[in-house]
Amino acid sequence: MIAQRKMGISIGSLTLPNPVMPASGAFGPEMHEALDFNQIGAIVPKSITKHPQPGNDTPRVCETYAGMINSIGIQSKGLDAYLAKTIPEFSAYDVPLISSISAESIDEFVEMSDVLGNHPDIDALELNISCPNLKGDGHAFGMDADVTYELMQRVRKVTDIPLIAKLTPNVTSIQEIAKAADAGGADALTVANTMLAMAIDTESRKPMVGNVMGGLSGPAVKPIMVRMIYQTAQVTDLPIIGCGGVMNGNDAIEMIIAGASAVQVGTASFITPTALTDVIEEIREYMDRHDIMDINDLTGTVEI
Amino acid sequence: MMKQHLLPILTNVQVSERYWHMTIDTSNMNERIEPGQFFHIRCSDNAFPFLRRPFSIYRINREEDTIEFLYLVKGEGTKDLTKKKPGETADLLGPLGYGFKLDPGFDEILLTARGVGIATLAALAQEAGRKGVRCTAILSARSKNDLLAAETLQDFGAEVHHVTEEEETSGVESVESQMRDIIERKDVNALYTCGSRRLSRLNQRLAAEYGLPGEIALEEQMGCAMGACFACVCDLEEEGKHRSVRVCLEGPVFPLEKVVIS
Ligand SMILES: Cc1cc2nc3c(=O)[nH]c(=O)nc-3n(C[C@H](O)[C@H](O)[C@H](O)COP(=O)(O)OP(=O)(O)OC[C@H]3O[C@@H](n4cnc5c(N)ncnc54)[C@H](O)[C@@H]3O)c2cc1C
Ligand SMILES: Cc1cc2nc3c(=O)[nH]c(=O)nc-3n(C[C@H](O)[C@H](O)[C@H](O)COP(=O)(O)O)c2cc1C
Ligand code: FES
Repeated sequence: MIAQRKMGISIGSLTLPNPVMPASGAFGPEMHEALDFNQIGAIVPKSITKHPQPGNDTPRVCETYAGMINSIGIQSKGLDAYLAKTIPEFSAYDVPLISSISAESIDEFVEMSDVLGNHPDIDALELNISCPNLKGDGHAFGMDADVTYELMQRVRKVTDIPLIAKLTPNVTSIQEIAKAADAGGADALTVANTMLAMAIDTESRKPMVGNVMGGLSGPAVKPIMVRMIYQTAQVTDLPIIGCGGVMNGNDAIEMIIAGASAVQVGTASFITPTALTDVIEEIREYMDRHDIMDINDLTGTVEI
Repeated sequence: MMKQHLLPILTNVQVSERYWHMTIDTSNMNERIEPGQFFHIRCSDNAFPFLRRPFSIYRINREEDTIEFLYLVKGEGTKDLTKKKPGETADLLGPLGYGFKLDPGFDEILLTARGVGIATLAALAQEAGRKGVRCTAILSARSKNDLLAAETLQDFGAEVHHVTEEEETSGVESVESQMRDIIERKDVNALYTCGSRRLSRLNQRLAAEYGLPGEIALEEQMGCAMGACFACVCDLEEEGKHRSVRVCLEGPVFPLEKVVIS
């Protein structure tokens, strides 16, 4: 008899059928041709901004050793188009919908969370606090513990659905930011966004991406993310969503052992469009092989 | 259709100093492939380079159930692609995007291609030949050595003219006078172009002047080729307004007059 293994996980009041979801910006509605969306743990669309935004100059991506740098910027059609088109398009699927929000100020985060966090089709919010605070010093919100605390606390007041803070790895101490987000009312933490990076074409001496610098993702960043998940798990009991360089089930398992409850998959989908469901299948195989009945039992089991 | 296919490689050979040619067995693939569409190909199984690279379909052989690619060895990805051997499998995502429209009313078309853009327009010349549409092609390259597709196009029945840096014939003025001559002499119905900004601007100008429809196949750096990442954007001008489009999803072929060439 095949054992019934439990893969569901909880983020605050929300239960996901399994711990694997797309990373924001590396997933789109058109991918349904290649991937069965009903099999994944949740849907996470590209970060949305309040107003339409054009995104950055091209080239917007380049490849580096075991990774890629992207400087897409948040190319966005704005909140109205998101409400009219993106949400209905994704609500057709049978899995939770987690909206990722980018904003230029705390006020704007609050305003957008009020709209999206009270929308009947949205199950949780992921706050992309790795984007720059244009009304502050221009640094990412998530680089400052006090700003992170204030942001979470104010958003918490306008919605009851689970709040996920997506942390930036470009900080001295991820623990300080994680604690601030926790204290401010986050229900979970995504660890983490891309690492600020740069590559130069030595022939032309020009930066490889139009925006000069961009975010590094892919297998190159995974050991850093595993370290940050481990460190974050030491200072908070919130569920952690590991993100950065998950290419297969084993990478996901590694993050779970380090302290994650779930994982996000981005770059891997560009190489294998079925990466998300492949990772789910490979986690299941690992559970069979190690006779793990509940995936939650594996979280944070690293033996030091 | 965004579908991953693992298909047998039949041949993969060097055809000139910088160009290689690969044939793939598509008998296990059901999707219909149109000229102008492309595949996003995994060039190596290693951690670097690991992103796929986009390649146009060079020839579609419906009877033999094969497709061919013509590729320029440029960087690490294409270098690794040359290492693939017949009998091994190629990992292709596609066919992707929208191809060329060959209006049934056309009986004379003019193609201008630069460099590896020739590979993209070859499949269109093939389709034109099959449909009995007369086709003239101006191929532009660095050297004669890079004009290897010329013969293929001739096999499809196209009249081929070439211009090269080597012969100092590839300047815009020289191509322009050739294009004008062909358009006027042959009463051309449509223009198609790929591979060069300068030639694209020239095509836009002449299409407007002669009142001809046209299409352009764009090449933008790609990430996912599935419309998800917004890496491959360009602007179209429609009713005086700019609209951002994803080349992988809405292209790579666009109406000539709409594309904003940066
Ligand atoms: C729709 C489409 C169809 C194409 N069809 C063909 C084809 O039929 N035959 C062919 O030889 N090439 C084609 N190309 C271009 C081909 O994809 C690039 O030459 C290839 O990706 C280079 O990979 P690389 O790893 O060898 O070089 P890299 O090391 O990745 O890059 C070398 C240089 O090429 C540039 N480059 C990388 N990717 C692209 C790209 N997608 N478009 C333009 N420049 C790029 C980089 O900026 C860099 O300067 C096509 C591109 C597109 C978008
Ligand atoms: C092309 C691209 C676009 C991205 N856009 C966003 C975004 O809009 N919002 C966000 O929070 N993260 C964005 N990211 C970051 C990813 O969500 C993820 O954190 C990162 O890619 C690391 O995961 P990976 O290694 O699995 O790709 C983007 C990443 C890529 C590659
Ligand atoms: S390459 Fe990702 S959207 Fe076109």
